[in-house]
Amino acid sequence: MVKLAEWRGKALFRKYGMPVPSGQVVRSADEAERLVAAGSVPLPCVVKAQVLAGGRGKGGAVRFAGSAAEARDATAAILGLDFKGEKVREVLLEGKVAIGRELYVSIALDRSLRAPVLIASGQGGVEIETVADGAIDRQPIDPFPGITGYERRRAARVLQLTGTLAGELDALLRGAWSLFQAEDAELVEINPLAVVDGHLLALDSKVIIEDDAAFRHPEYAEIQDDRTPLEEIAREKDIAFVQLDGNIGVIANGAGLTMATLDVLLELGGRPGVFLDLGGTDDPRKVTEAFLLMAQARPTAVFLNIFGGVTRCDTVATGLVAAMQQVPESNRFPLVARIRGNNEREGIEILRAAGVTSIPDLRASAEAVVAAAGGTP
Amino acid sequence: MSVLVTETTRVVVQGITGHQGTVHTAQMKAFGTQVVAGVTPGKAGTEVEGVPVFDAVRDAVEKTGANATCIFVPAPFAKDALLEAVDAGIRLCVIVTEHIPFHDMLVMYRYARARGAVIVGPNCPGIASPGRAKVGIIPNVVFRPGRVGVISRSGTLTYEIVNGIKEHGLGQSTCIGLGGDPVVGTSFVDALPLFESDPDTDVMVMVGEIGGTAEEDAADYIRHHFTKPVVAYIAGRSAPPGKRMGHAGAIIARGRGTAATKVAALESAGARVARFPYEVPNMVAEIVASRARR
Repeated sequence: MVKLAEWRGKALFRKYGMPVPSGQVVRSADEAERLVAAGSVPLPCVVKAQVLAGGRGKGGAVRFAGSAAEARDATAAILGLDFKGEKVREVLLEGKVAIGRELYVSIALDRSLRAPVLIASGQGGVEIETVADGAIDRQPIDPFPGITGYERRRAARVLQLTGTLAGELDALLRGAWSLFQAEDAELVEINPLAVVDGHLLALDSKVIIEDDAAFRHPEYAEIQDDRTPLEEIAREKDIAFVQLDGNIGVIANGAGLTMATLDVLLELGGRPGVFLDLGGTDDPRKVTEAFLLMAQARPTAVFLNIFGGVTRCDTVATGLVAAMQQVPESNRFPLVARIRGNNEREGIEILRAAGVTSIPDLRASAEAVVAAAGGTP
Repeated sequence: MSVLVTETTRVVVQGITGHQGTVHTAQMKAFGTQVVAGVTPGKAGTEVEGVPVFDAVRDAVEKTGANATCIFVPAPFAKDALLEAVDAGIRLCVIVTEHIPFHDMLVMYRYARARGAVIVGPNCPGIASPGRAKVGIIPNVVFRPGRVGVISRSGTLTYEIVNGIKEHGLGQSTCIGLGGDPVVGTSFVDALPLFESDPDTDVMVMVGEIGGTAEEDAADYIRHHFTKPVVAYIAGRSAPPGKRMGHAGAIIARGRGTAATKVAALESAGARVARFPYEVPNMVAEIVASRARR
């Protein structure tokens, strides 16, 4: 998923006719000073770190400025901060507003209902998880016909908005629904949605775009997530690769089997360090690349646990043997293999010829790798 | 009897001329499935693995009496493929394709349901009933006819567990891989009633994973409506706390969706929950043995 920074989310809000404060995003203190001095940002202004983690206000990542010089200093103080593990690279400057009531509105996917839900609460401006269930209203939205007038009116009643404000909410919800669908969002969240001088204003944004829809949204491709360099390489090669802090490397296929393999290793006293999900492939070269990537992560021992379906056992064995020939002596590690399923016999034969024995039993093979990594069994 | 597929299932493969479509057409036929047609626009008149190819699903249905589809069409075109199948009167649609945007799936699900069609998947290994038919990609080698029903959100982990059941000398009535996507056409709660009323299923195996609340929903159903013994396994007990789905996701789940909540819900509903995947066949064998003694 692609999580959008506040300013990107607000740019989308603007595109869909949802009211946001006027503001500018900057990447240097000079730029902040120049824009404020030029009148592009109303004064006094709020200076907000553009990070994805919450709790910015309490964490010193939001400041206020009454002049161009103060905007410069505030920006300089925030840029480069390490906020909950994220480096601040962008800062949003916005005119400070007099906040009246703070409300909460979001559209999200409810997997159980297999429908989007419109969530509304009169208690905005705080983490919504801390709000009592009774103070949160949820309405499932049917994609046919999309958000309806009566659903929007109900949200207005829940939020106790009447007159002009009810009309503004109606337009805002229509915009939010269009955004949710057209941008392939998994989440559109406005918290707080504030009443400012008798009008609604979205003071923050949280928008998450779904990865699987990337083919129709090339515009989100440039947005970087917080991946390690090896994770980035894996992503380019379409291999699911996650680095944890243990010392056993795990190569499996399929999310369920990969998770189950980690569960078994931990239960047996092992510490999984990197796991790599081959997914479905019938190209031995992808297996070779995955294995070489694993070698770069320098595990103490590696567990190859494959159940062949689309990914056949002989494909995996061929790719593995090719990789073993390419790993330099200094990077070698003990390997425990377990390959079952389609073309199991052929795969086991290829491994045997290369000096690797496949242990068919899951428990026995897991115990062998934990022992090889210096664990207890 | 069996669940969703029978000896009369006649399969059309959408995307049959692609690599996976071709490979798995051969595998489905080897399983004994009647694969009667394939569809790839622009390829009408050709044959794949001895199966005639048509331009459109409607042609395939008219000429061959196909009544189920197995969809391998790439994600950007999968929605269209599903709508075409439903409009041609197909009422069982297995979608193997992965990476279909959930917004597309929301529409596909509503569309199919309104017309009485069942979707299994997407991103799923499909359905197999040994001795009857297979619609999907589960390896043929793991099966043996028997009386254990299997439903799972996982792919390869399902193969692992189904294979374990076979190696214990037991067999399966029907196995359904539901798929692990956020929005699936058939959930545990949709599948369980089918097995409850299936006279060929004595014991149920349920393979879940972390994320979402499908297992908790299933536990509610089992507690109130399911009378057969259930053995469950939940993958991901040790998973690192993932990046959160945002705040709204947290309120939808409201303290559910972790391995611990799923295990607790299933145990309190009377299911036996295995700690390791390889314990599942043992537990099933124990239940089968105790039923035989009664």
